[in-house]
Amino acid sequence: MLFYDRMQFAFTITFHYLFPQLTMGLSLMIVYFKWKFLRTKIDKYNDAAKFWMKIFALNFAMGVVTGIPMEFQFGTNWAKFSELTGGIIGQTLAMEGMFSFFLESSFLGLFLFGEKLLGQKLHFLTGFLVFLGSWASGYLIIATHSWMQYPVGYEIVENGKFVLTNFGALFSNPWLLPSFLHNQMGSVITSSFVVAGVGAFYLLNNKHSEFGKLFVKTGVIFGLVSSILVAFPTGDLTAKNVVKHQPVTFAAMEGIFETEDGGSEIILIGQPDTENKKLDNKIAVPNILSFLTYQRWDAQIKGLNEFDESLHPTNIPGLYYAYHIMVGLGTIFIGLMLLAAVQLFRKKLYNSKWILWTIMFMLPFPYIANTTGWYTAELGRQPWLVYNLLRTSDGISPTVSSGNTLFTLLGFIGLYLLLGLLFLMLAGKIINKGPETTKLN
Amino acid sequence: MELFWYIVLMTMLTIYVILDGYDFGAGIIHLFFAKNEKDKKAITNAIGPFWDANEVWLIASGGVLFFAFPTLYASSFSGFYLPLIMILWLLIFRAIGLELRGQIHNKMWEGIWDKAFGISSLLLALFFGIALGNVVRGVNLGMVTNGVSAHEPHYFFLPLWNSTFSPHAEHLGIIDWFTLLLGVIGVVALTIHGANWIIFKTNSDLNEKLKKVVFNLNIVLLALVIISLFIWHIIEPQPFHNFLDKPWLFIFPIITFTGLFGIFKVKTFKKHGLGFLFSSLFLFGGLTSTVASIFPKVLPSTNNINPDLTVYNVAAHEYGLSVGVYWFVIAALLVGVYMFVQYRVFRGKMDDVGYGEH
Repeated sequence: MLFYDRMQFAFTITFHYLFPQLTMGLSLMIVYFKWKFLRTKIDKYNDAAKFWMKIFALNFAMGVVTGIPMEFQFGTNWAKFSELTGGIIGQTLAMEGMFSFFLESSFLGLFLFGEKLLGQKLHFLTGFLVFLGSWASGYLIIATHSWMQYPVGYEIVENGKFVLTNFGALFSNPWLLPSFLHNQMGSVITSSFVVAGVGAFYLLNNKHSEFGKLFVKTGVIFGLVSSILVAFPTGDLTAKNVVKHQPVTFAAMEGIFETEDGGSEIILIGQPDTENKKLDNKIAVPNILSFLTYQRWDAQIKGLNEFDESLHPTNIPGLYYAYHIMVGLGTIFIGLMLLAAVQLFRKKLYNSKWILWTIMFMLPFPYIANTTGWYTAELGRQPWLVYNLLRTSDGISPTVSSGNTLFTLLGFIGLYLLLGLLFLMLAGKIINKGPETTKLN
Repeated sequence: MELFWYIVLMTMLTIYVILDGYDFGAGIIHLFFAKNEKDKKAITNAIGPFWDANEVWLIASGGVLFFAFPTLYASSFSGFYLPLIMILWLLIFRAIGLELRGQIHNKMWEGIWDKAFGISSLLLALFFGIALGNVVRGVNLGMVTNGVSAHEPHYFFLPLWNSTFSPHAEHLGIIDWFTLLLGVIGVVALTIHGANWIIFKTNSDLNEKLKKVVFNLNIVLLALVIISLFIWHIIEPQPFHNFLDKPWLFIFPIITFTGLFGIFKVKTFKKHGLGFLFSSLFLFGGLTSTVASIFPKVLPSTNNINPDLTVYNVAAHEYGLSVGVYWFVIAALLVGVYMFVQYRVFRGKMDDVGYGEH
C-alpha cells in the first residue's frame, strides 16, 4: 500500500540524512583544522582534527549502514518507478557508488589509522579525499533529485519508460547547482553548530578550555558564513526555481490560497485550513513576498486557487510548516551567529555566558532545519515522483503487500531506535572525554 | 552493449563475493573458533581497514544493476523483498558489531557485539547462497495461477518459504531444500575463505588450528559440490547444455575444481597467500559456472506462460548504456588506484595495526 511505502522511505531517509549532513560539513572543518596545523605547526589544531575524527568515524559508520537501505529501497518498494526511470536515475546513482563511495571508504581507513604510516602531508591528503568523496556523493544524489523535480534529457517510449537522450543535461539541469549549494551550506551549518556547541559545552564546564575557545571560534565563523550563504544566494535561487517550474508548490509552501492583485504578503505565522481554503491566526507583512520573488512590490504571485486540485501537493499543511520551520530557523541562525561573531570580534564571546548557553542549546536545530528543508522539497514534489510525469501512486512495487511493508517498516523503526540510542551514547562519551593533547613538535 | 554490462555486473558481483566473502568467513571463524581476546583481535585486525570498502562493491553492483538492467533490478528486488530487507538488517548489525565493539571496554558489551558480528556474518553467508539458489531455480514470473498471470509478466513475489520446502511447488518459497543446499555451500565455502584470509594476513596462534579446519571443511565442501551437481537436473533438466554447446565455457568449472583441490594443500603452503588464492579461485569459478549454466537467462521463469528474464529483455536503452561506458571506465581505473593504495599501505601481516581503538 502506498501509505506504508511512503512512510518507510520517509522514515529511513530522514534518519539516514541526520548523519551525512554532519559528515559533509564536518569533513570540511576537519580538513580546515588539519590544514591549519600544517601551516602553523601548532599541535592544538592537529589534536582538534583528531578529536573530531573520532566523532566523524562514528557518524560516518551510521551514515553508511543507514545508507545501504536507501539504494535497495528503490527496487524493493518502488519497483515500478525503478523500472520506468532506472535508465536515467540509475546513471547518477551508479556513478555515486563508483565515484564517491569507493573514494570515501578506501581513504577513510587510511585517514583514521594511517597518520603515523603516512606522515602529516599525506594524512591531510587522505582527509581531503574523504571530504571530496562525501561532497561528490551529495552532488550525485542531488543530480538525481533534480531530475525528479525538473526532468531533462529524456524521452518517454513504449510502456511509459523514460529513456535518456542527453547525458550532459543531467548535470546542466538548472535545478542542480542552486539545490546542491543550498544543501551543502545546510550541511556546513549543522557541523558549525555541532563544533561550536561542543566548544560552548567545554567553556561552560571549565574544562578543555583551550579547545572550547577554538571550537566556538571556528564554529561561529563557519556558521556565520554558511548561515548567510544558505539563504542568499543559494536558498533564494532554489526558491526561484520552484516559482518558475512548480508554481503550485510555491503557493502551498508560502500558504497563498488566493492570488492577490497588487502584490502578495509574506506569511510569518499562521495555520492553513485546507477545507475552507484560508489561513488562521496569520501574521503577515504586505508585499514582501512579491518583492523577494520578483523584485517588484506589486508582482502577482499565483495562489492555489489557480490550479486544479489534482495538481495540488498532497499535504499542504505539512509542506507549509516544513518550509516555514526551515526559513524561521534559518533566520534565527543568522541572527545568533551574527551576534556571536560581533562578540567574538569584541573579544567578549568566551565570557558571554548566555550566548554560549544559547549556542549549546541550538545544537539540534540545524538538524531540524535540514530535515524540514528536505521535507519541503519532497512534499512539494507530491503527488509526483517525476514532476508532472509520473505519479507517486504509480511508482510502487506491484507485488509487495502492505503487510510485508509494514513488517519491514516496524523492523526499521526498532533497529534505528537502537542505532540512534547507541550513537547518542557513544558520541556523548567521546565528547565528555574531550580532546587529548599530544606533542608532535 | 547488454553483454558488456552483463560482464561488468558479474565481475563486480564476483569481486564483491571474494572480498566481502572473506569478511563473512572471518566473522564465522570469530563465532566458532576464537576463544580468547588475542584470537578475536587478530581476526578483527585482519579485516579492519578493508571490510567497509569491500561492502561498497555490493552497493556499486546494485547501482550498476539499477542503471544497466532496471527491469531486472525492479523485478528481483521487489520479488525477493523480505530476504533483501533482512540482508540489510544483518549488514547493519554486522557493521555496528565491528564498529562499536571497541568503543567501551566491558566484557558484556564486547560479548554482545562479538555475537552480533559473528551470527550476522553466518546468516549473510547462508542468505547469499540461498539467493544464488533462487536465481538458478527461477521464480513464478507474473505469479501465474491456473494458467493466468496475476501481474505483469516480469513481476513476482516470494514468501520466505512454503510448507513443502520443495523447489517444484506451484507457489515457491525462497528457502527450499535446493536453495538451502546452496546456502550451506555458501557458508562452508566462505568459512574456508575467511580462514584462509586470516592465515594470510596474521601471525595468529589460531592459524595452525585454522589450517586443520580448512582441510576438514574442504572435504565437506567437495561432498556438497558433488551432491549439488548430481541433483542439479532436478531443477533444470539440461543443466550442462550451455557447456556442451560452447566447450570453452568449461574453463569456469576447471577453475572451480582447481581452487577446490588446491585448498587441500593448505597445510603445506609456504606462502600464506596461496590458500586464499585457491579459495578465491573456487568462488570465482563457482559463481561464473553457475551463471554461465543459465546464460542468457538472468532469472528463469518456472511457468510456461511468461518468458524468462534474459540479459536482452531487462536492459536499459542503447544510448544510456553506451554513454555509461565512458564514466564507468574512468571510475573503474580510479577504483583500481584506490585499491592499490589501500592494499599497499596495509600490506603484510595486520597484527599490529590496532583497528577499532579510536
